[in-house]
Amino acid sequence: MDESLFKYIEFSIYGASILLILIGLYGALVKKSLIKIVIGLSIVDAGVHLIFVAMGYIRGGTAPIFSPGFENDASRMVDPIPQALVLTAIVIGFAVTAVALSLVIRLYKHHDTLRIDEIKNLKW
Amino acid sequence: MKKLIVILLLAVLAWDLGVIFLGLNFGNEHFTEGVKDQYLEKTVTELNVANTVTSIVVNFRGFDTLGEVTVLFLAATALGGILYKKRHHVGERSVLFPSSSLVMSGSKLLFPAIILLGVYVFVHGHLSPGGGFQGGTIIATGFLLMLLAYDNYSVSHNLLSIVESLAGIFFVVIGLLGFMNHGTFLENFLPTGTLNSLFSGGVIPIVYILIGFKVAAELTGVIYTVLHEKD
Repeated sequence: MDESLFKYIEFSIYGASILLILIGLYGALVKKSLIKIVIGLSIVDAGVHLIFVAMGYIRGGTAPIFSPGFENDASRMVDPIPQALVLTAIVIGFAVTAVALSLVIRLYKHHDTLRIDEIKNLKW
Repeated sequence: MKKLIVILLLAVLAWDLGVIFLGLNFGNEHFTEGVKDQYLEKTVTELNVANTVTSIVVNFRGFDTLGEVTVLFLAATALGGILYKKRHHVGERSVLFPSSSLVMSGSKLLFPAIILLGVYVFVHGHLSPGGGFQGGTIIATGFLLMLLAYDNYSVSHNLLSIVESLAGIFFVVIGLLGFMNHGTFLENFLPTGTLNSLFSGGVIPIVYILIGFKVAAELTGVIYTVLHEKD
């Protein structure tokens, strides 16, 4: 793989994950609907996961799995630690989203609206 | 005005993150050099597990995973607590219109295949990409499909709690057996077999299968609780 193409891939991977974090934060800070705020938080999650896995990449690397034919390729394997951490982070992200959505359901029952500016004690 | 402040804030954040991450040498950084090499070496020499991520998640950092499974359990419990209903209100759902017979028979056809795929993914967690969390999620999507297609489809909450509790108890018991035999929680105490065969890796496949059952039961419980939520 030549140098300029690799530079382009690097820029697009980190750029995409930073963009995801920014989009999610924008949604969480600006949008009025509670559902959209929860969606924004999970988009931030996705961006952080992408950045984590990208940091473990090694140039020309393979997946950290010793499948037949790859038994002696330990030096070429990408970093397995960020991948294991992201596996944990995805599950925790799911748990956070589930609890947040159940709170949204309760708030909707109580106030009959999802707009955060109509729920008087939650304005910023 | 508020939007402007937010955009300004995000621009500053984008600049900071960009400077940090584009300054890294992508593909050539070795953040965890020593640790990574240790894990890659020990996963073959000590455990005979092909998938390094699995051996890290279930064995080297197994205690972490126990905490993670506990967080998932707490989330499912909190969901049940927040959306708590009296018994006789559970069971009815607001459906706009019943699903067509095509959707019904189609999902009945797909359901066993989805369950089989999920079981395959968590049984082979130590050989190929995948594992307990992924397989459990696939099984839960099968139940989601059935719950969406049939408005009277019901899953026994008691059965789900029994599966979940038994899986959690056996996880801790296996960890304690390792503690008694070798002095570390979740230490491997079974023969490790040969690399790349189904029966290899000692306790790792057993623990991942237990995690698969636990995750499947928990996610199905979450989906069921949310779907049967009605005024």
